Amino acid sequence: MLKTFSLGGIHPPENKFSAGKNIETLPIPSQVAIPVAQHIGAPAAPVVKKGDQVKVGTLIAKSAGFVSANIHSPVSGTVFKIDDIIDASGYRKPAIIINVEGDEWEESIDRSADLKKDITATPEEIIKKVAEAGIVGLGGATFPSHVKLSVPPGKNCDILILNAVECEPYLTADHQLMLEKGDEIMVGTQILMKALKVDKAVIGIENNKPDAIKHLKALAASYPEITIEALKVQYPQGGEKQLIDACIKRQIPSGKLPIEVGAVVQNVGTTLAVYEAVQKNKPLFERVVTITGKSVAKPSNFLTRIGTPLKDLIEAAGGLPEDTGKIVGGGPMMGKALVSTEIPVTKGSSGVLIIKDEEAKRKKMQNCIKCSKCISVCPMGLEPYLLMTVSDKAIWDRAEEEKIMDCIECGSCSYTCPSSRPLLDYIRLGKGKVGQIMRSRTK
Amino acid sequence: MNVVVITILTLGILGTVAALVLYFVAQKFKVFEDPRIDQVEEALPAANCGGCGFPGCRAFAEAMVKSDDISSLNCPVGGAETMSAAAAILGKEVSAAAPLIAVVKCHGTCENRPKTNSYDGAGSCAVSTSLYGGETGCSHGCLGEGDCVDVCTFDAIYMDEKTSLPVVKDNCVACGACVDACPKNIIELRKAGPKGRRIFVSCINKDKGGVAKKACSVACIGCKKCMKECPFDAITVENNLAYIHDDKCKLCRKCVAVCPTNAIHEINFPPKKVKPVAPAAAAKKPEAVKTDNNSSSDNKNKEE
Repeated sequence: MLKTFSLGGIHPPENKFSAGKNIETLPIPSQVAIPVAQHIGAPAAPVVKKGDQVKVGTLIAKSAGFVSANIHSPVSGTVFKIDDIIDASGYRKPAIIINVEGDEWEESIDRSADLKKDITATPEEIIKKVAEAGIVGLGGATFPSHVKLSVPPGKNCDILILNAVECEPYLTADHQLMLEKGDEIMVGTQILMKALKVDKAVIGIENNKPDAIKHLKALAASYPEITIEALKVQYPQGGEKQLIDACIKRQIPSGKLPIEVGAVVQNVGTTLAVYEAVQKNKPLFERVVTITGKSVAKPSNFLTRIGTPLKDLIEAAGGLPEDTGKIVGGGPMMGKALVSTEIPVTKGSSGVLIIKDEEAKRKKMQNCIKCSKCISVCPMGLEPYLLMTVSDKAIWDRAEEEKIMDCIECGSCSYTCPSSRPLLDYIRLGKGKVGQIMRSRTK
Repeated sequence: MNVVVITILTLGILGTVAALVLYFVAQKFKVFEDPRIDQVEEALPAANCGGCGFPGCRAFAEAMVKSDDISSLNCPVGGAETMSAAAAILGKEVSAAAPLIAVVKCHGTCENRPKTNSYDGAGSCAVSTSLYGGETGCSHGCLGEGDCVDVCTFDAIYMDEKTSLPVVKDNCVACGACVDACPKNIIELRKAGPKGRRIFVSCINKDKGGVAKKACSVACIGCKKCMKECPFDAITVENNLAYIHDDKCKLCRKCVAVCPTNAIHEINFPPKKVKPVAPAAAAKKPEAVKTDNNSSSDNKNKEE
């Protein structure tokens, strides 16, 4: 019997249309817009100004604090301006806009395709390089990776878990990466293990990717410390806490981080970025983005420079279908509807999902019938119906008591609700408020 | 017979003992409460709206009795009349606070601010704000889900179906519930003004002029014309947004005339007699009014 996490979970239709589609390199657009806030934490501070010449890989915005990340130019050209643009959040945020001229890379970047297996960097150097390269969690959470690799004093890490679950329906970017960049991911895993000073690693893959499991198992034969764990298909297995539970049966206490149980989780895409940063000196300025949907002519996986407008991806995948009702950035479960196709690809863009008009509309909200389906699917053991009510009625102390901050916003509750209640919307609202209250208390 | 006597005696003794215990306990744990608190509470409107900043009228009455200087306390619902009545009970002086009224600082009607997308999520402004900037190009303006209407306990605000913007009625008591409820901070308590006349910038868009104007035709573009025009230095422009300070404003209406986007609204003024672009003035008046029910108000937004 395959392993999975112990509490809740759902299994929505997988719809992985772009599976098996080779990663194609998307042409560089004529202009890119790079938001300075594309990671969790403080927005990066721009270090270029209008008219500056940049090359591919030039630092354009500097990390503003420990929990923040550097941003590098994904193109060569001239900085056109620094202005507010609408980003995936739906609000206007500052971005660096660059006019593209040619494709000239910084000389320090090793552009050869050879696999570089020897890891010469020390753990400290690895963490420094990861921080310099501006690597963040590429699964979508965009948490700066160097923060996760810096194990706080007093805590002990004994295992690295690689997140290759890709539990979101539709998305296939990580799946395709494993098939095409398996060797690099293996070396990347070893780099991460060296940085964390651990001697075991588990790569968790859901069982709906048998080719990737087979491929990685074959590669892992020469790396005895890396195990491949095939997992039962269950959403939200890609959540850190769920993955740790599924792979090594350790449960993280409420309000704590994975390091509490001696584990660090990194996404496979992140692992590849770490390999490229440490071995090839290549900062994070491009990523694989899945573009998919039932009506999309050519569902694809594109290697895209950060800052490319989404309309370029949509065009390359066969254009925007006429019956489009919604464009979602990310997967259907945790993704966010976007307001424009001008929005640029950021480090956290794992996919673009185009939903047909007839499927895009929410159903009418009805009364809660207390069926408790939301409770049974909640992977964190919460009571979503109650959290929604207390958030709606602004009873924040009760929300905190009911552990609203434990919610991982996977949306299983909203998905399963037979009354189509927007449970997660209200819980997210409550989380914001309770988080604010908790922060003001510690100040 | 005996049984009846014993029963009466037993119950009588029990009752007496209980009464004695209760009496002594009541003496021992007596809490002195100023009787004036009750009197003051009686004088207050008993709306328990929290507009004074206290949790209910009782708490406000306590604060009035206990504090020596009550000049900072004000019951917006009762107004000057209630305050002087309550102060008279205590023999204290109260300075009459200028009556305030809620003002909705957005005029992004469907015509002024075209939709760029549509929202079908939970019908709450707070939820919508947590998701994205809103259905139009302006991410600062009113979302029209009516959180302000839901919290009003005085039935003083309603959603205009045509404009899908909230409209404050004259019976607004400035309790501030809608101000707190609005996640976009669009509603402000401002001086109601003599005869209800007031002038304010009906926009909170902090985007640059071009961006703001593209999103909404009546947005403040931060051009500073009003600031230069104002003879009383009552207008400041910060972050591409003008603000009229109601303590300095003398209601001369010069700013209203110069505003190129009609972002400055005047309420309850008599219509100006002969002024530029007059022909359209009489014809299209009612639709532009946003803050009051009063039909003679707002003779500015006539051109749109």
